[in-house]
Amino acid sequence: MTAFLFMLGIGGACGIVLAVASRVFYVYEDPRIAEIESLTSGANCGGCGYTGCAAAATAVVGKKAKPSVCVIAGMEAATAIAQVMGMDPGTAETLLSENECRGGDRAEDKYEYMGVTSCSAIDSIHGGKRVCSIGCLGYGDCIKACIFDAIEMGPENYPVVIESKCVGCGACQTACPKNIIKVKTMSDRLLTFNQFDAALSPCAQTCPAEIDIPKYIRQIREGDYEGSVHTIRERNPLLLSCGRVCPHPCEDKCRRDIEDEEPVSINQMKRFVADFEMNSGSRFNIPCAPSTGKKVAVIGGGPAGLSCAFFLRRLGHDVEIFDMMPKLGGMIRYGIPEYRLPKKVLEWEIEGILNLGIKSHVNVKLGQDITVDSLKEKGFDAIFMGIGAWKDYNLGIEGEDLNGCYTGIDFLSRFSLTQHGDSDEKIFVGKKCVVIGGGNTAIDCVRTLVRLGADEVSIVYRRTRKEMPANMVEIEAAEHEGINFHFLAAPNKVVADENGNVKGLEYLKMELGEPDESGRRRPVPIEGSETVLDTDMLVTAIGQGPDVSFKETDIALENLETTRWSTIDSADPETLQTNIPYIFTGGDSATGASLVVEAIGGGRRAARSIHLYLNGEEVTPVKRSLFKTHIPGTIFESVPGIEQSTRTEMPELPVDERIKTFEEADLVITQKDAIKESKRCLDCCRICYNRDVAA
Amino acid sequence: MGYMEIIIGCIFVNNILLAQFLGNCPFLGTSKKMETAVGMSMAVIFVLVLAGTITWLIYDLILVRFDLVYLRTISFILVIASLVQFVEMFLKKSIPALYAGLGIFLPLITTNCAVMGACVLNVDKELTFVQSLVASFAYAVGFGLALILFAGVRERIILARVPKQLEDTSIGLVTAGVIALAFYAFKGMV
Repeated sequence: MTAFLFMLGIGGACGIVLAVASRVFYVYEDPRIAEIESLTSGANCGGCGYTGCAAAATAVVGKKAKPSVCVIAGMEAATAIAQVMGMDPGTAETLLSENECRGGDRAEDKYEYMGVTSCSAIDSIHGGKRVCSIGCLGYGDCIKACIFDAIEMGPENYPVVIESKCVGCGACQTACPKNIIKVKTMSDRLLTFNQFDAALSPCAQTCPAEIDIPKYIRQIREGDYEGSVHTIRERNPLLLSCGRVCPHPCEDKCRRDIEDEEPVSINQMKRFVADFEMNSGSRFNIPCAPSTGKKVAVIGGGPAGLSCAFFLRRLGHDVEIFDMMPKLGGMIRYGIPEYRLPKKVLEWEIEGILNLGIKSHVNVKLGQDITVDSLKEKGFDAIFMGIGAWKDYNLGIEGEDLNGCYTGIDFLSRFSLTQHGDSDEKIFVGKKCVVIGGGNTAIDCVRTLVRLGADEVSIVYRRTRKEMPANMVEIEAAEHEGINFHFLAAPNKVVADENGNVKGLEYLKMELGEPDESGRRRPVPIEGSETVLDTDMLVTAIGQGPDVSFKETDIALENLETTRWSTIDSADPETLQTNIPYIFTGGDSATGASLVVEAIGGGRRAARSIHLYLNGEEVTPVKRSLFKTHIPGTIFESVPGIEQSTRTEMPELPVDERIKTFEEADLVITQKDAIKESKRCLDCCRICYNRDVAA
Repeated sequence: MGYMEIIIGCIFVNNILLAQFLGNCPFLGTSKKMETAVGMSMAVIFVLVLAGTITWLIYDLILVRFDLVYLRTISFILVIASLVQFVEMFLKKSIPALYAGLGIFLPLITTNCAVMGACVLNVDKELTFVQSLVASFAYAVGFGLALILFAGVRERIILARVPKQLEDTSIGLVTAGVIALAFYAFKGMV
């Protein structure tokens, strides 16, 4: 009896104490946590990567995990959880594991060590037995860690993730001692920039847009063209345009170039898959993160603006583009002629970007139709200024403003407007035309003039062909089209006839002197060598800079810092944040006239900064960032073991046919050639390289 | 019985994990990583001191007085389980920082035989209140010592070439046995 009473008493006492305690020590918990926990399996299996179902539910409410967090409960539960959270389960970001090493048995071995069976063990002995300090160790700790059998050892002895089985639990990431296999959301992947300690091939290190080049080439090799497009699009939304106009600085660093003297035709393959998508009749799906409700105004719909808008939209922000011209595209629409980038192609590409839900406003000019204050009133939280470089430089010589004198970008854009019916201005074309300059704009001008029916077109450049900054392909094409080149010629003055029209260009002959700081030999004029070149139309295309006249008409931008080259100044070229914290810049307006691919990279960089800014985080550069430099030791002098192979030639329209029309001059390579070319890729990682596997 | 004797005895000679072989599940379960081993040790020290106190009080003031010693086991289970639940709630509200550190280990201790065992041993030896307090603390420190030592060893086991059949828990148990042999050397000190 006493025993019974005692047990009753002690049980009751404990119960009461706990009941009171749960009242007294009540901590408010989001009721959704309990609700979500009841929807999970309740098995506390840890498959989701959290310490239990309660922890997973807390993570979902804290928006750290997606509704489909529970790996057992399945899709129905995910939908129910999404409803509790008021989210659309379809747009929630999926975590996927990815092995970033493309290694395998390639790097040299440092030592032999028998008997070790795990990565973490071998990693603790001098960081592994291979010379490569970055790559996969290949003992498959991640495979053992994965309880969903979503990782298997691939044919090249490194683990491959089976995407359909991966639930993104992160067990492999925890198991990997080298931090190679990572679980990332799409946003994480979009915001990834090259880092010093990443496994990057020389081409991927060089690409200003930081495209994972070996990966997309490998996907072409495997016939996965859609995957290849997605890989490119993770870094570069303008693949059709870049596939046509990019001067591919990546190919200059291609390791095949070292031994084979002909790099892999990287850009041709980009164009091949981009065209594949366009010609397939449908667009590949581009996923976007759930909406954040933040609004960003993008001023300038050129490559930088489009790239920035594309990435911000995919990160879940609302984006609107404002452009002063009648159509979007900026310099790639108005500065690049039809025969290099057909407007139809550009149109298709821009449409794909706008289809993500980006609004565009054309014919609005900053400082006139819109101001920073008017944008802020409309509720924009941040502004990206990708205003480009539209103001041609002047020569500063006598007679430059005579009738018949034009400037490069001005001429190209006015012609482009008339060509596509956006303006009815009559474009004057001379009989004997002279273009001054050696860059791509100058070449674009001469090739356009040839097509417009000028009898004789000459180019005047003060250095030699070797120093011309224009793309080599373009120079060669211009030569084929019959352009006269006058090298080592410095314009002295423009000669007028009696009516004030251009009659000729007087130039001084030059010779090459000592190299200057850019490494190019400085031209020195030869005294008394004045020569006159007859002409009735003169186009100056010696470079351009941003037009910052809005500073006078927009009060809010009065104090925007600009450099002496009138580019918009950002304290750090990696964050691209201006001295006005909510204004960011990128592209030509930040760097001065540069490559399309550079502007695209800048747009993504700015998108990252804007994303940080909108999330209330500090806008800092990427850690251990590899910005405009190479990982030490990855640029080789020689690459032994390469089998000679020839680069796939780019198909072109025949010269006599193409100079009569504005039809696209460069053609796309065939599928057979693309696959053949993709096999030339050495699939370089960091220190390892693929000895040519004789296929 | 001197306090020094109790401390040395409980930490080394009668180590709760390696000499008594109690609390085997956390010993194997939380010893794969140093980090979790340290967290678990701290939580055990915290809970065992509290449990030691409260069970001594219950035993001496209620069970002995009313001649109910045979209800010792069941009442201890009830009291320790409630205590851990109570402490968990208390920490969550009042000391969130400590809760964040120990929180996930507390429920694991609810039904831990090491805690239970230490409490039972205390009353078996008829220690005084202060002595049992010291003993509880020392047992917990011994638990921590053994667990951290073992975690250190296990973190290195991956370096070794373990036959497939003996991987993970099996080799863990074998290792635990070897360490226990080493602790056997303390026998007779006290």
